[in-house]
Amino acid sequence: MPVRFQLNGVLIEENDVSPSMTVLDYLRETKGLKGTKEGCAEGDCGACSITIQSALGRVKTVNACLMLVPQLDGMSVVTVEGLSAPDTDMHPVQQALVDNHAAQCGFCTPGFVMALYAYTQTGESVTPESVHEAIAGNLCRCTGYRPIVDAGISLGSKAEKVIPPAIEQSDYYTDGDEDFFAPRRLEQLVALKSEHPEAFVLAGGTDLGMRASKERQPYGQVISTANVTELNQIERDQDSVRFGAAVNYTRALPILEEIAPSFAQLVRRIGSRQIRNLGTIGGNICNASPIGDTAPCLIALSAVMIARGPNGQRDIPADEFFTDYRKTVLSADEILEAIRVPIPSPDLIFRAYKISKRFDQDISAVIGAFALKVEAGVVVSARIAFGGMAATPARAPACAAALIGQPWSLDTAIAGGAALTEDFTPLTDFRASQDYRSRVAGNLLQRLHLDTTQDGVAVEVMAL
Amino acid sequence: MLTPKIQSIDVSAARDLPGVHAVLIAGDVPGRNDVAPIFEGEPILAEGLVEYVGHPVAAIAAETMDIARAAAALVVVEYLALDPVLSIDEALRRKSFTSPPQIMRRGNSIQGIADARHQISGEVRCGGQDHFYLETHIALAVPQEDRDMLVYSSTQHPTEVQHGVATVLGVPVNAVTTEIRRMGGGFGGKESQSTIIAALAALLAAQARRPVKLRLSRDDDMVITGKRHDFLFRYQAGFDDNGRIEGIDILMASRAGNVADLSSSVLIRALCHADNAYYLPNAHIHGYPCKTNTVSNTGFRGFGGPQGMVAIETVIDHIARTLGKDPDDVRRANFYDEADRDTTHYGQKVEDNIIAEMVDRLSQEIDYPARKQAVAAFNRDNTVLKKGIALMPVKFGISFNLPTLNQAGALVHVYTDGSVHLNHGGTEMGQGLYIKVAQVVASTFQIDIDQVKISSTNTAKVPNTSATAASSGSDLNGMAAHDAANQIKTRMAGVAADHFEVDEGEIEFRNNRIYARNDSISFAELAQLTWENRVSLSATGFYSTPKISWDDDTMTGRPFYYFSYGACVSEVVIDTLTGENRVLRTDILQDCGRSLNPAIDLGQIEGAFVQGMGWLTMEELWWDDKGALRTHGPSTYKIPGSRDVPPEFNVHILEDAPNREPTIFRSKAIGEPPLMLALSVWLALRDAVASVGEQRCVPNLDTPATAEAVLMAVDEARAQSRGG
Repeated sequence: MPVRFQLNGVLIEENDVSPSMTVLDYLRETKGLKGTKEGCAEGDCGACSITIQSALGRVKTVNACLMLVPQLDGMSVVTVEGLSAPDTDMHPVQQALVDNHAAQCGFCTPGFVMALYAYTQTGESVTPESVHEAIAGNLCRCTGYRPIVDAGISLGSKAEKVIPPAIEQSDYYTDGDEDFFAPRRLEQLVALKSEHPEAFVLAGGTDLGMRASKERQPYGQVISTANVTELNQIERDQDSVRFGAAVNYTRALPILEEIAPSFAQLVRRIGSRQIRNLGTIGGNICNASPIGDTAPCLIALSAVMIARGPNGQRDIPADEFFTDYRKTVLSADEILEAIRVPIPSPDLIFRAYKISKRFDQDISAVIGAFALKVEAGVVVSARIAFGGMAATPARAPACAAALIGQPWSLDTAIAGGAALTEDFTPLTDFRASQDYRSRVAGNLLQRLHLDTTQDGVAVEVMAL
Repeated sequence: MLTPKIQSIDVSAARDLPGVHAVLIAGDVPGRNDVAPIFEGEPILAEGLVEYVGHPVAAIAAETMDIARAAAALVVVEYLALDPVLSIDEALRRKSFTSPPQIMRRGNSIQGIADARHQISGEVRCGGQDHFYLETHIALAVPQEDRDMLVYSSTQHPTEVQHGVATVLGVPVNAVTTEIRRMGGGFGGKESQSTIIAALAALLAAQARRPVKLRLSRDDDMVITGKRHDFLFRYQAGFDDNGRIEGIDILMASRAGNVADLSSSVLIRALCHADNAYYLPNAHIHGYPCKTNTVSNTGFRGFGGPQGMVAIETVIDHIARTLGKDPDDVRRANFYDEADRDTTHYGQKVEDNIIAEMVDRLSQEIDYPARKQAVAAFNRDNTVLKKGIALMPVKFGISFNLPTLNQAGALVHVYTDGSVHLNHGGTEMGQGLYIKVAQVVASTFQIDIDQVKISSTNTAKVPNTSATAASSGSDLNGMAAHDAANQIKTRMAGVAADHFEVDEGEIEFRNNRIYARNDSISFAELAQLTWENRVSLSATGFYSTPKISWDDDTMTGRPFYYFSYGACVSEVVIDTLTGENRVLRTDILQDCGRSLNPAIDLGQIEGAFVQGMGWLTMEELWWDDKGALRTHGPSTYKIPGSRDVPPEFNVHILEDAPNREPTIFRSKAIGEPPLMLALSVWLALRDAVASVGEQRCVPNLDTPATAEAVLMAVDEARAQSRGG
């Protein structure tokens, strides 16, 4: 079955393209659409931003460098060339950028055009903050951004539901050498994983996509979870929310906002909108990075990973899921089906703090997640987890023990911070030194105390 | 495993891979394997010695990028490990330099320091910076007939590319043509470095006898090409009760990297900006370009100037905090002034000084004293978040330090339909040079700007050009184009005078027409008439900057035609628990002379400020203990994003301030000067850090002031205070 998608309004069928080819290479080299730029090939600069839309979804911006061509199956794709033909009037987004003097060298401009084009269709309230969020995945080295933000504000945003054409999707694509499976049902997914235990399981591909974009390595066999119905569901009952493993961050955000605002705030800092439109909590968990942002939160919130294999389903507590650097308890024939997040009770204090060099689109140096219960001024329970402090995201039992049973005071917080030296011996790398990681992790307990005991006091620089 | 000697290199497997068309190692270079811009001995492919991790040893051309990359992986190199120098400190210890130390001396610094009422000494470091132009280096080499080569290069310096390509191919310069329409950002990173990429493409094209395009991946670009020099400064100063400097000694040691490249020029500009806006009576400023086994550093917007200012601003801040004075009072006490305090430590008289007026104006407009009080009040009320505020004055010298480079050419044709073709030696990298020069030509002829066709920079049209660098693009090329257009205009005016039978003095070019008393014809009609009269409608223009001079032996002279001035106040907040920090507000007043294009100048000011802010705060180049750069992509090397820009960001261009020198329409250069205004952010961070200590706490904050650096400085300030 070919890969079928609409590209700038034209239906395309591809039969011969390697399933390991990135959408960026495809656009530039195969289709000659050079308006989509390569600035980094790692999803961090946004110069390759395009929009995609599935039959049921909204227009969303993604990084073409991190997507594989078969991931376009069934999509309507728009590149900067699709907004306005050469020698015709500019698209309003392009015109707004010109009117605001928002392009200097112009290399990043097509990416900003596409990110803002998507922004104009979300219907979100138009503020500098929402524009920042919309373009957090786009770097410009010339302008200093002010005119770009002004252009975004001048454009505004209206929720316009454009109905894209329904395009038949295939569940299998091959160019003869490599296979790309895109099952629709959970049972098919499980069966495929058993048959091809060595295949790459691809969710959003925002991490795995680097294999193609940067390492230039073929995948051989890929099993995509993107179209599996069961994995795309969000189910909520009284006690918990069950996120299918293929639910992307953008879809998870509104519900996280309701149940754990601090978690949601953190998710808004994962990658960029381009990344969150593809990336999934399931992928963030399964790649088992020690600095994945969601894992410490899930551990602190006592989330449960629901795995499925040929022998059925099993529940794995989040803190038992990671075994070593980039290793999990999943066996070769298992997949992650869902993540069950208990809804925090009203008396549970939950906070997550991320420390990185840049606020947006940066990988954490340290991430701390805290779930506390305080009764009559005394800490009665504490579940604390950190990322960036060890080979895996992990709980901090000594820190928690130093808090439990103690009055929730600054002294207790300091003692809890000090106890972290028993829990972790972090490493030095280019994100932070061992010393800094240790100090800042300990100090986050003091921030937690301030944050949970003093109303109306700004505890983070971004609050000013 | 480092700074290894090549024992053997085997490219046979790479050569045999299907789809590979050319494989090149140092021995295959037909000409000279050397692209040094100033000195000699800077091979494009490592020859014998591999001097840094990432030093290219071979180049491959293949049908596709992926085949070329696969072939590159098949090259087998055996190395013999030697003992590398990986830090400035180590190079200083070993006296390992890429060119001789450079020393500026005035008066007697030792005496001046010793005789002063107060003395301080200290050390500070500033980090390097990757240019992170969004478009990486790229070149397309197309073999021509004979052994000629046409190279499309993303370069700020087409002439140097032309020379470099001719050198490696072993052909005369006239056999090579370089063309460049625009770059996706340059910032100094494509001044000398593009020659490496262009020369490799040309060598491969010559070998393969086919066009070759070489585009670096982001990682390769960051690993292989040079960056802003990081510096180590050691200073001693003596000063009076008002903080006025009486003697100063500053050691400036830069990381030149494995070869000299432009390091000696960068260093001299650092030395020339050791004063910023301050008079240094007894000064000893000595610079050392340290040879290290890391990538060779190069020009970057400001070209040493920003680094030099880090040193002097540290001194000023240190003096103020030692005396318990407001740093702005100490700044004012040291500003260049009338009469006996108007000459720089390199002997140039500061004739156009407006720094005090600019600072006053900005202070008044933003009610600076009240803002300081508000910051102090905030700090009294808050224990964890602390604010800081600081003012940065900037005086920046305009002209290439080396007088020779201050020349430019242009070529203008008027066609018989009145349309104009414009070419000049400057390159466009997003800074708006092309449109500014086109404005000059349109204005000279008094025609609409869309009548002027701006054409690609091309070494066959305008030869022997200087780099588009040192903020000089519009100063030099604007004047050259003005000269060319004026020559044609004069000839056309003569034709018009004959036609209307009036004196030439009565001919007026206005609104696309040429007027003579009550008669007029269109510019196009006059162009046709000029042709019919067999008068040339084409001219080359030339400009060389007047008044400048430099004596390399005494390190004195007038290197700068004029100075550009600016003032900036930034307010920041830091988190004393995490070191996280943020700029809350920035106000800028920038001198542009009589701006050629305020919209473009505004874009330059804002962009330069944000870039400078990135250099000083979040952009961290991190090498591991083996000398490998580990931050070589945007996932690990963080440049500012839109949210990092000050939420309140007020930029004003100084009005009614024509350049006192007759520059092009009395404008001033704008490319680099505003970058240094970002030092206000770092100074404000120092101010915030100092607030956690006792009064007279001198913060110890190097750049980049990352969250980590700020937290460490906060902890140290607290410890200092506790320790007394």
